[in-house]
Amino acid sequence: MSERATSTGKAGMNLTLKIWRQNGAADRGQMVTYQVDDVSPDMSFLEMLDVLNERLTLEGADPVAFDHDCREGICGMCGMVINGVAHGEQRATTTCQLHMRHFRDGDTITIEPWRAAPFPVVKDLVVDRSAFDRIIQAGGFISVPAGSAPDAHAVPVPKADADAAFDAATCIGCGACVAACPNGSASLFTAAKITHLGLLPQGQPERASRAKAMVEQMDAEGFGGCTNTGECTAVCPKGIPLDAIARMNADYLKTAGK
Amino acid sequence: MTLSWTVGEPIQDTKAPSGPIEERWDTRRFQAKLVNPANKRKMTVIVVGTGLAGGSAAATLGELGYKVKSFCYQDSPRRAHSIAAQGGINAAKNYRGDGDSVYRLFYDTVKGGDFRARESNVYRLAQVSVNIIDQAVAQGVPFAREYGGLLDTRSFGGAQVSRTFYARGQTGQQLLLGAYQALERQIAAGTVEMHTRHEMLELIVSGGRARGVVIRDLATGEIETHLADAVVLATGGYGNVFFLSTNAKGCNTSAIWRAHRKGAMFANPCYTQIHPTCIPVSGEYQSKLTLMSESLRNDGRVWVPLKKGDDRTPADIPEDERDYYLERIYPAFGNLVPRDIASRAAKNVCDEGRGVGPGGLGVYLDFADAIGRLGRDAVEAKYGNLFEMYERITGENPYETPMRIYPAVHYTMGGLWVDYDLQSTIPGLFVIGEANFSDHGANRLGASALMQGLADGYFVLPTTIGDYLAGSKGFGDVDQADVEAAQAAVTSKIEKLLAVDGTRTADSFHRELGRLMWDYCGMERTDASLRKALERIPELREEFWNNVKVPGDGEGLNQALERAGRVADFFDLAELMCLDALHRTESCGGHFRAESQDEDGEALRDDEHFAYVAAWEWGEDGPILHKEQLEYEYVKMTQRSYK
Repeated sequence: MSERATSTGKAGMNLTLKIWRQNGAADRGQMVTYQVDDVSPDMSFLEMLDVLNERLTLEGADPVAFDHDCREGICGMCGMVINGVAHGEQRATTTCQLHMRHFRDGDTITIEPWRAAPFPVVKDLVVDRSAFDRIIQAGGFISVPAGSAPDAHAVPVPKADADAAFDAATCIGCGACVAACPNGSASLFTAAKITHLGLLPQGQPERASRAKAMVEQMDAEGFGGCTNTGECTAVCPKGIPLDAIARMNADYLKTAGK
Repeated sequence: MTLSWTVGEPIQDTKAPSGPIEERWDTRRFQAKLVNPANKRKMTVIVVGTGLAGGSAAATLGELGYKVKSFCYQDSPRRAHSIAAQGGINAAKNYRGDGDSVYRLFYDTVKGGDFRARESNVYRLAQVSVNIIDQAVAQGVPFAREYGGLLDTRSFGGAQVSRTFYARGQTGQQLLLGAYQALERQIAAGTVEMHTRHEMLELIVSGGRARGVVIRDLATGEIETHLADAVVLATGGYGNVFFLSTNAKGCNTSAIWRAHRKGAMFANPCYTQIHPTCIPVSGEYQSKLTLMSESLRNDGRVWVPLKKGDDRTPADIPEDERDYYLERIYPAFGNLVPRDIASRAAKNVCDEGRGVGPGGLGVYLDFADAIGRLGRDAVEAKYGNLFEMYERITGENPYETPMRIYPAVHYTMGGLWVDYDLQSTIPGLFVIGEANFSDHGANRLGASALMQGLADGYFVLPTTIGDYLAGSKGFGDVDQADVEAAQAAVTSKIEKLLAVDGTRTADSFHRELGRLMWDYCGMERTDASLRKALERIPELREEFWNNVKVPGDGEGLNQALERAGRVADFFDLAELMCLDALHRTESCGGHFRAESQDEDGEALRDDEHFAYVAAWEWGEDGPILHKEQLEYEYVKMTQRSYK
């Protein structure tokens, strides 16, 4: 067994939480301090917040709003900045997969929403990420109506290309990349889709128009530009590599003037 | 017993064409009336839910030119829980030349469903499966490939052919993103109007037809009405009635339950699938369970200590004091027996006191042999992401110590009754994906959920709904009184929930209901346990309506209010599940009645009395049972044996 805590090895922890509370986009918002005691190291971070919310509800207070759904790290719905890091300090982990054994008794934890102008706060830790959907609408697809496809083996795809496309395709659209970027850029998200589809033979006919339309939509949404700080890939729960952005830029530049 | 029920007229016509089974879907497609392209633009179809079924249906209907309105409760259609499916998708491509065929997939699915599915539907599913793979590949879904560039497949969940296409452990995610992208393309094209963070709370039935939905905008709290020519429910399964399940937290039964209350029959509600390989519960605060793909059983060996209460660490238990019970009881299939069998076997050894981990509710899944045989690198290449996920959740390293697993609720085969056209008993209400009852019978085979969701959404519904709409020549105006009644029902339920102001949270009631369902209507059911549940559920429901505390108000985002509304519907569904389980005194598939087992403890079907679909109609004086007799012309009914 590792030295890490388990349910039998470590008693409950007492924690101080400083959580961003904001009642709608028009509200200024503020940090509010809560004490949560007897937290089990085997709890997930969101289960710890569940415990707080159950208590707030019974006290007649307003529970903390946060987005979440699958709680197994794949739907991309959860996301909060924990102690200044999108999804917390554990690498390649969504907030729902972060467990309390990575914290210590007596810790103070700050919890904030994604902060970026194109992601307005809906309430507390919930933000509106519909800008991501609009970037996909601009061109993040291959145009193939149902029923029109040729046999799946008609076009072989070299395994290396298929694997690289897969790596980019694992993006869960959580928005951590935007939250971590000092410029509030959505380049890693946009580049991941451009890379996924651009590496496959099926994606070639629309490759140039796709890159152009998606990049322009990204800019229109008000996301910042990329200055290669790499903060995005450091917090990405799926480890989308930074070189995707180089591919995006290359594809986009080919369309310049067209 | 508190809930009384009656038997109504049997269901005679499922609208499946007659003739050879190979030709039935072609026959139906040819007979289906077509809608003039100019008229499609004038017809509105509502699709609720954006998973594999709903996402693919909305996209395809948009491509065909209908005016589509799509709704999901999440912040984006890409979040739907299909995204979490790990293992793969079956298709009868026979790319391996290993003896697979449409007929064999049909046969395996009927048999795997323990002879409680409709032959015509299952055959169509197997036929369409090959088109799904073509469609997905053309969309850019990055399935696993061989070095030659062709698609890789694997054998999955007890199948003896290699027909499962996969994208590492994230097949659901990649297929859903394919459907999502097709959907976004139609949104951009203006054929689909998308409403995210919107939850359906009521169905509008007018003139005997489904004509719209009442929706709550979860961000603003506003109650909206949307009218249409047809309504499609693709709202998934109801496994969260157990509180702890592998479903996403938001998965709920409200859409299909409201439709049931409005006249749609609910079929086989007691058929639930318990998945054998999930991470065990670690404490009282547990909010959900996480599945570990059953592909792990291809290389992992399942065992428990021979002795009861053996609390040594697994490494200290010598080989001859271990019981590899699946290999012992089922020598032919070993660790690859179907899900229901593996789950019940795990329960049995834990009930004997041989379980491992907290509370003795776990069994080992051991990769030591596989690592010895294939090397650590090969095991990592196959299962790396799953091992990582396990370690993240449990803090234990599965390369060094065996995983602990335990069964958990995973899928519900029951759902709204539909005919061959996927239309419910309310004209104009279509139900697709896990939300309907069709195709899987009493037990779903691994890698068949993705297949069914996409078959329904891309290929079946777009054809059959056209036949309904073409026949309509316009359904006329919706009666305003019907709209107002539906709106009033929604508003009054919300007001009622907020007004109770009691001393327990909705979650605490949900947990108690879930525990009750797991204990009395879970992996093993008895007459006594079900009667107990049927006594306890109404009491708990009454306490809920007298003592729940929902904070805040109906304005704006109120997640506690959303949950409370869902729990209220789960109570009613739970009651029908227990009643269905009580009336079906045989064991079949995922439904195991302790009174109906053979001398070896295996499930014993009673084909003479129960070879039917139990379709329940809502009635003020209790549910009314309508039986749809199942006929097996092609696959001979046999007792399943995996020994």
